Amino acid sequence: MSTNSDALQALIAGRFPDEHGRFGAFGGRYVPETLIPALERLAEGVRVHLHDTEFRQALGSELATWVGRPTALTYAGRLSAEWGAHIWLKREDLAHTGAHKINNALGQALLAQRLGARRIVAETGAGQHGVASAAACARLGLPCTVYMGAIDMERQAPNVGRMRLLGAQVVPVTGGDRTLRAAIDEALRDWVSDPLGTYYLLGSAVGPHPYPYLVRELQAVIGREARAQFQETAGRLPDAVIACVGGGSNAIGMFHAFVPDRGVEIIGIEAGGRGAMLGGNAATLSFGRPGVLHGSYSMLLQDADGQIQETHSVSAGLDYPGVGPEHALLAQTGRVRYATAGDEESLAAVRALCELEGILPALESAHALAGARHWARAHAGGTVVVCLSGRGDKDMPTFQQTLLAERP
Amino acid sequence: MSAHERISAAIRAANANGEPALVAYLTAGFPSRARFRSDLRRIAAAADVVEIGVPFTDPMADGVTIQRSSHAALEQGVSLRWILAELEAILPRLATPLLLMSYLNPLLAFGIESLAVAAERAGVAGFIVPDLPFDEGDAMHAALTARGLGLVQMVTPVTSEERLVRICARGQGFIYAVTVTGITGRNTGVPADVTGYLDTVRRHAHVPVCAGFGIRGREQLTQLRGHVDGVVIGSALVELLEQGGDPVEWLQSLRNGRRP
Repeated sequence: MSTNSDALQALIAGRFPDEHGRFGAFGGRYVPETLIPALERLAEGVRVHLHDTEFRQALGSELATWVGRPTALTYAGRLSAEWGAHIWLKREDLAHTGAHKINNALGQALLAQRLGARRIVAETGAGQHGVASAAACARLGLPCTVYMGAIDMERQAPNVGRMRLLGAQVVPVTGGDRTLRAAIDEALRDWVSDPLGTYYLLGSAVGPHPYPYLVRELQAVIGREARAQFQETAGRLPDAVIACVGGGSNAIGMFHAFVPDRGVEIIGIEAGGRGAMLGGNAATLSFGRPGVLHGSYSMLLQDADGQIQETHSVSAGLDYPGVGPEHALLAQTGRVRYATAGDEESLAAVRALCELEGILPALESAHALAGARHWARAHAGGTVVVCLSGRGDKDMPTFQQTLLAERP
Repeated sequence: MSAHERISAAIRAANANGEPALVAYLTAGFPSRARFRSDLRRIAAAADVVEIGVPFTDPMADGVTIQRSSHAALEQGVSLRWILAELEAILPRLATPLLLMSYLNPLLAFGIESLAVAAERAGVAGFIVPDLPFDEGDAMHAALTARGLGLVQMVTPVTSEERLVRICARGQGFIYAVTVTGITGRNTGVPADVTGYLDTVRRHAHVPVCAGFGIRGREQLTQLRGHVDGVVIGSALVELLEQGGDPVEWLQSLRNGRRP
């Protein structure tokens, strides 16, 4: 049996992350020494609370009555007719605050409360994790500071106002690349300054152990629900599931329940941006090499000297040069196929979903839709569930300059 | 004497009179690439150990000063490969031991085995890698040790004593005792209660202990005298270079207590 098939078996059997916080070769804990005690305490908190009955009940109750779970599974009939395959949408856009991010933010805020945190810091790219964190902190009465790149604050302006209304302090990050990556750097610097009183509410399935595991566990509700809902409706499993991948939290949440279902094809769609040239995309698994950024060993967009590359995507939430370590392992084992969708085809998918289904998707989720369109061409009559990770209201500034600028 | 033992010896010799040894930090190629070798020579003549910063795009443990110097160096095309070539060209070798301070990814991209060979050839005595904690450092430690080079370990005020003991057992060159929970370059000095922690580190360490983060001038040296073997001066020196100050004069004034 090949190493990759062994690794996949181990993953399905729940043996990853291992005691070193690794998914095969990927993951680990590459942070300054100051953060080690905080990560050890977090790992212990995860071990004690995450699967504890009291915690599950508190989380479950909030998910049902405040977030609005389970979210719907919608059959996209007119889109299916147009694209030639049966397309189902897992409606994370209907979750409170408008994206899947709330599943993780709420879970971690509940955990932070149990760990006695005095304040919460978070980073945000598209602003969805920032809004979700601000909302969860308001709900639980925790002070919240959100770091956001200056470029992202411009292109996701509606979310900046939402965070402030929800009581969070939004700090513009003007250093580095002024997007998600610089926001994570800055949140880490904040956390290093008060590692035991501050809780870092990381928004994606990236970072040092135990974050990739913790975020996956909190997002896995997406795939669990989608799998059960589809099975109940169709009496079988779909042919394929598709999700967009930036850091990879909605994707790992969607995929986790389906990884053992060998008959279900799993596809992750990264931001193809303007094309394959260096700096033209944010497609880490498609074009990256292994390395260490933000605390874990995973795939990275980097130059020959190990400097992190500037990335480009029309979607702020996918505009990130790294990816979660579990995705790196899923790519290596071949269980998940990672492909790209570019800026233009993703914008076209936004228009299609608006016009045919009356749903305005987030630009991130539109990448998954563009991927589904490719899949449909090759699998006419097949059935695919797409994770519609968020709604597109936050992207109005970008739509004004693109889809709406094209019309009189 | 191996290269990392030379680091320890240089610190001990400088500290023989009780004054903390000076470990001076310089971002390679900052303020200018063309001046790197001459800046390095001058600082090496005034300091006991020199820590050369390899610029990285995402310096998560550093404050604005070193973020700025790293960015400026990268803009000028400074890379690890260039730094090693510059160091190799310095002949005869500088008497002052040189360390490279680098985040992990540029080192991984270079390749850890070839790095150890190239660093030895360039006269580098050891490495400080702020995002490589003790638990993840086995491969790096083994590759460097095979060439006699040291991997400097960092400890902080929040490191448990049990962990401190394990880290100190692995210490080479010196133990880098971070004085604050925070990033480099804060203008807040050194906490008054830090001496007890430093004494604990010193009790467990079998190599010299140098305090770093927040060392801005003579005041901190006086505060730390008797509790450490040396101090690391980073952001304050970078700021001096930014403002066109004379690093040699400044380091000498730190040593003899006169204001420059």
